Amino acid sequence: MRAKDVLGRRGEELAADFLQAHGMRIVERNWRCPEGEIDIVALDGDALVIAEVKTRKSLAYGHPFEAVGADKLARLHRLAAAWCHAQGLRMPLCRVDVIAVVDDGIGEPALEHLKGVG
Amino acid sequence: MALGRTYSVALVGLNGYIVEVEADIGQTLPAFVILGLPDASLNEAKERIRSAAQNSGIPLSRRKITANLIPASLPKRGSGFDLAIAMAVLLAANDVRPTGRKVFIAELGLDGRLRPVRGILPAVMAAVRAGYSEVVVARANVAEAELVPGAQVRGYATLARLAFDCGADPQDLALDFEPETEDSDHPESVTGPALAPDMCDVSGQAAARRALEVAAAGAHHLLLTGPPGAGKTMLAERLPGLLPDLGDTEAMEVTAIHSLCSLPSGSVQLLRRPPYENPHHTATAVAIIGGGSGLPRPGAASRAHRGVLFLDEAPEYDRGVLDALRQPLESGELVIHRSAGSAAYPARFQLVLAANPCPCGNATGKGVDCICTPTMRRRYQARMSGPLLDRVDIQLEVERVSLAGFGQPAAEEGTASIAERVRAARTRQLDRLLPFGLETNAQVPGRLLRGALRLDAPTTRILDYALERGVLTARGYDRVLRLAWTLADLSRHDVPDADDVGQALGLRQAAAVSP
Repeated sequence: MRAKDVLGRRGEELAADFLQAHGMRIVERNWRCPEGEIDIVALDGDALVIAEVKTRKSLAYGHPFEAVGADKLARLHRLAAAWCHAQGLRMPLCRVDVIAVVDDGIGEPALEHLKGVG
Repeated sequence: MALGRTYSVALVGLNGYIVEVEADIGQTLPAFVILGLPDASLNEAKERIRSAAQNSGIPLSRRKITANLIPASLPKRGSGFDLAIAMAVLLAANDVRPTGRKVFIAELGLDGRLRPVRGILPAVMAAVRAGYSEVVVARANVAEAELVPGAQVRGYATLARLAFDCGADPQDLALDFEPETEDSDHPESVTGPALAPDMCDVSGQAAARRALEVAAAGAHHLLLTGPPGAGKTMLAERLPGLLPDLGDTEAMEVTAIHSLCSLPSGSVQLLRRPPYENPHHTATAVAIIGGGSGLPRPGAASRAHRGVLFLDEAPEYDRGVLDALRQPLESGELVIHRSAGSAAYPARFQLVLAANPCPCGNATGKGVDCICTPTMRRRYQARMSGPLLDRVDIQLEVERVSLAGFGQPAAEEGTASIAERVRAARTRQLDRLLPFGLETNAQVPGRLLRGALRLDAPTTRILDYALERGVLTARGYDRVLRLAWTLADLSRHDVPDADDVGQALGLRQAAAVSP
């Protein structure tokens, strides 16, 4: 595994713990389809949450949130629909969340959570 | 509540309006949106502000920033809103304390320095008039902003310094960044008397010198007709030097216009001397009157406000351009309408026209060298329309200088002593005309000339005779009377005598092309 993948993996772990700590139930991790990958699928009460996790070691190359552009956001919404279709589910409440993890490997990693973007 | 509020000024022509800048930080992905009809350069403010804040040590929030410029319906343009938006965003993020009714007008550099913008003078005037007397500008704009009475001006070199004064945490601020002063990079403005040409350079031309003096004394418009090389341009260039200094209000008006037109070098000083504009004859109506895309900008006529607009080779101008000047000659103001709005600029200038007598330029005196046909000559003169020439009080033919006049060593009277006489004449006019709300003889309407300022019959006998014979039109009659008053003012007569009226008639009729 390359260093960046290790970092991303660790960020996703942190994010999953974070969501669970905030009362969400993790349904699936790293779900893949031809369209792409969903980092975390979770349930927040009745709502289906498609969570994208972005991890950075520092802010030197911009904030993790800045890496989520309009294209990425549109793909996440398409992936949400694809996941529901694959499971044969109809979810009336569905949203896309973004979680930013900044982890310099020394101090406590910083997590920020944006709900219902796009 | 993540909302910040600051103030700035939007200029529409010379009129400024207070603009309220609101900034909101929303809990969603990073973005920066500016609302309120921004133009392209204002929309680029986003990138400038982000970099400037970052490099000043107070990075903007990594969330969605929405800046709203109120009133939303007023079109806003230019980079002068940068600072107000940046401060509103910092306020919304609680990085600085509320700034109250301070007005911010400056552009931001990427390194966080404050850059000067144009139009500071009219903007600050508008702010003070609207009751917002505390103004924050770039350091290079301080001198110009301080021209406005009642303005409390604060100049800053960098955003970091300003943020520090507004209570930002000094730990992160880039306070030791001190941009080198820009003032030395720009050449000094050429408003000084360094280049002013002097009347003593004009040899001979006694009649033209006299006409120029009269034009200056009474603010009369002037037409000089004559062959190439007679010195028409030379004479016209020396007219501004004869005019008296501008008063306080006039100087502010003139400086405000030039502040809008000049590059934002930040070296605008109060212009005390009447401006001189000398556009080329290929100029378009927009170049002379003002206009352009979006909000109209002032043209040469407005830049010549309270000064001299010299149109050399007047018949070579497009007829439409010349006729477009008729309205400002009457009203002293230009109102220009464009898609983005209308703007009013003052344009009370003294018009000086110079023309050759014919296309080849030699139809002077006996005109033996002239190769033009009479039709060509008539057509050439007709390019300056009657209604325009109607407004030109002095129409003078300038002859080529003879050897006798040219050979004289420089014994001609200089600008200084003529200007002294002009100033005295202006004072006499003002004393007489102020009760009527007028300032110069050129503005006196015919109603007044034939009413309260009526001359007695023996004085005007020569005029009445000319009118009776049909040599002079009724409008021409009034113009001769106006000139007569100026001549009386110059020779310190309380009322024009028959001699003044006779001389005035001479100045009117000297030109061969008088309508």
